[in-house]
Amino acid sequence: MKILKILILVLFAGILLYASADLPYRGDPDNLMHAEESITGTTVKGNYFIKNAYRDTRTPNMVTVVLGDYRSIDTFGEQVVIYTAGLITLLVLRKTRRRRE
Amino acid sequence: MRRQFHSPIILLGARLLSPYIMLFGWYVIIHGHYSPGGGFQGGALLAASVLLIRVAGGKRVARLQIQEFATTPLAVIGVIIYFATGLVAMAMGGYFLDYEALPIPGMEPAWLRYTGILIIEVGIGLAVMAILVMIYDNMVRGEDYG
Repeated sequence: MKILKILILVLFAGILLYASADLPYRGDPDNLMHAEESITGTTVKGNYFIKNAYRDTRTPNMVTVVLGDYRSIDTFGEQVVIYTAGLITLLVLRKTRRRRE
Repeated sequence: MRRQFHSPIILLGARLLSPYIMLFGWYVIIHGHYSPGGGFQGGALLAASVLLIRVAGGKRVARLQIQEFATTPLAVIGVIIYFATGLVAMAMGGYFLDYEALPIPGMEPAWLRYTGILIIEVGIGLAVMAILVMIYDNMVRGEDYG
């Protein structure tokens, strides 16, 4: 049984390594995600972000621009999720002073 | 529960490290426009600096720093900073979280967006720091950890 698990793991590792050999090079301008149109004919949003991120916000870090400006409502949702997690710990883990006799 | 002991060496090391971690956390938040980083990562670093003192010094020393009752209001302030930025932009005639409409005089729209991102990153950092500290406080509450 243990040999089977190890075999499955090795098999998956082999599949992942085989797939990673086919990945495009990072930063290659001919990549599909940098194209104006995707292979299905729709416009690629990342193209707009790469072109206009610095012009719109004067911020060199494109990730910050996408996180804080273009997708700011999504980031607000993330913050509310973290806040809710904190409040849940307050409700669940807090030990009340009142004990049941 | 394990027997407690106080080690001045551990406390001294934590007191030495903690301000630098906090400074680096603020650096990560504020320098997030130019380097990897941002509100979430910087907030985690700020929480690390606070929790280091709490773990090393115990309750008595932690009372000198951010107190337990202060974490929930700080988290609320962090969320409100973010939300108020969006609401102010909406009240001044833009969309929700459209930083171009923020009422800061003498700024181009691009620099207004720059400033808006900075404001919300500070809000995120405050909220993340307060909530991580709050989770720790709630987990150890009831047990005398030092």
